[in-house]
Amino acid sequence: MMELVCPAGTPASLRAAVDAGAHTVYCGFADETNARNFPGLNFSRAELAEGVEYAHARGAKVLVAINTFPRAGDQALWHRAVADARGAGVDAVILADLGLIAHAAETHPDLRLHLSVQAAAANPDMINFYAESFGIRRVVLPRVLTVDEITKINREIEVETEVFVFGGLCVMAEGRCSLSSYATGLSPNMNGVCSPASHVAYADVAGHHEARLGGYLIHRTPKGASVPYPTLCKGCFTSGDGKGDSVTGHIFEDPVSLDATELIPALQKAGVTALKIEGRQRSRAYVAQVVRAFRAAVDAAEAGAPMPANLLMKLTEGQAATTGAYAKTWR
Amino acid sequence: MELTIGPIAFFWTAEQVRDFYRMIAAGPAPRVVIGEWVCSKRLPFWQHEIPEAVETLTAAGKDVALSSLTLVTLKRERRQTEELFATGIPVEIADLTALKYLPEGAPFWVGPTINVYNEGTLEWLARKGATRICLPPELPLASVLELAQAGRQAGVAIEVWGHGRAPLAISGRCYHARLHDRAKDSCLFVCGEDPDGRNVETLDGQAFLTVNGVQTLGHAHMTVARQIGDLGDAGVSAIRLSPQIGDFGAVIATYDALAQARISGTTGLSRLATLMPGAVMADGFLDARPGAREAGQAR
Repeated sequence: MMELVCPAGTPASLRAAVDAGAHTVYCGFADETNARNFPGLNFSRAELAEGVEYAHARGAKVLVAINTFPRAGDQALWHRAVADARGAGVDAVILADLGLIAHAAETHPDLRLHLSVQAAAANPDMINFYAESFGIRRVVLPRVLTVDEITKINREIEVETEVFVFGGLCVMAEGRCSLSSYATGLSPNMNGVCSPASHVAYADVAGHHEARLGGYLIHRTPKGASVPYPTLCKGCFTSGDGKGDSVTGHIFEDPVSLDATELIPALQKAGVTALKIEGRQRSRAYVAQVVRAFRAAVDAAEAGAPMPANLLMKLTEGQAATTGAYAKTWR
Repeated sequence: MELTIGPIAFFWTAEQVRDFYRMIAAGPAPRVVIGEWVCSKRLPFWQHEIPEAVETLTAAGKDVALSSLTLVTLKRERRQTEELFATGIPVEIADLTALKYLPEGAPFWVGPTINVYNEGTLEWLARKGATRICLPPELPLASVLELAQAGRQAGVAIEVWGHGRAPLAISGRCYHARLHDRAKDSCLFVCGEDPDGRNVETLDGQAFLTVNGVQTLGHAHMTVARQIGDLGDAGVSAIRLSPQIGDFGAVIATYDALAQARISGTTGLSRLATLMPGAVMADGFLDARPGAREAGQAR
């Protein structure tokens, strides 16, 4: 059966995910070592140890994401995070930075290493490079690949693959995007945040709702309509061709989120080991609901039964969902 | 402080490329990175210019490296990456895929789209044979200081993004094609219509980003005009100038004057403003502020 890897932003979410049928949960420490460094989120060392005990007692695994890029001069914070995760008895750490991976492989040879999506390993060569150099055991594939490409990658690599099936959708190669720091000074790679709430401003102007990020207008909707969160790459912009014509719209991506439920059988056939749900910033209730639905879908795939359609429509961002790059037409 | 000319980010014609490298060969920059950096579909249109440009540049005494592609997904792109190492010319890696094909012990350069954020990564790359690293544009000066020191100890020359629209993101999706209601596979090479990239504005008319096929750049031009002295003091050995259309020779001359402290940062900025009418110059990243922050604003 495919492994369902579920988000846990808090100890309560971890327990909710495990109770709802998660095979594996992933979480991070409450600091800038992980890519969901949001206020009120993530785990202390003691909470992680308790979470691991809770999950292991119920047959579930725990992964710890230490997937930002260590700050020069401050690498010790990241090194300690890896050592403490190992000390808590986690099943693997999810890493993105080349130097940190090298450190972990050398210092903790018994620790299972997963390559984070933030490492943007998008082809067999790069995956094999990480496997041969550092013994990584699983790669979380970037959301730029089609199902067909994933199939071909799996034919050329030995390590396991994990793919995102639900939640937020990056349209850029993850771990290689500075759009957020260009507008706000804070980035996923350095600070573990993208389009951070601290730089968001909402206003009602001339009969419209406006959402700005770092002062830049990202969304404008008529009064009465809901205004999406101003994630930079999902904004509505204008682009002129310099000859008088212009296009106004979601130039990079619509404010949609990923729902690849219908592709689960194809992903299984493609040789994917694990399915990942995004959303460590989400509530415990959301996590429980999504995990339950996806566990049913994974069970159905295992039994060769059809996938439940639009099961989670109400939970997706802006009420719209896409299968993203998995379908080639997305490009 | 030396000047390095980065690879051309945009889809220029073969003729534009030829003229550009003739101009560079005659100019003051001692180092040039050349090659298709953004989209492999463009390469057949200008690939034949590369050997001649390398020859011209080398004859003029320049150090030359070939750039790999920033995002490698297709089989053809993997093969192209492998073939770079067969040329015998140093390779500047833009994607870690290239390391898979690196001949044992061969020296290489590291481009700004490789995530070198800390000493650990720098030292690992140095052990692998990196002799020169251009740091990611979003790094603040505090990190540059640490990395320049680590570079000195590891024998790696450190370079900083000095001028030009910074590469902010790379995607599997082509935004130029999307703007024309096309998919990447049927793009009809529309990015060639915008040799300086295509502007993206906010709905209230604020210039924001620049689309260049699968690459997204900032609208503002990064400049280290004000910070070049600090970078030199930190031990940074070169700044990278990213090619754009317009009088790029005069832009290089301005940075040459800045690099040799013949002119002040303020004078440099005003010269650039004259050379690039309407361009926004920004330098926020080095000050740990939003990258788009205009140069010349208070620190």
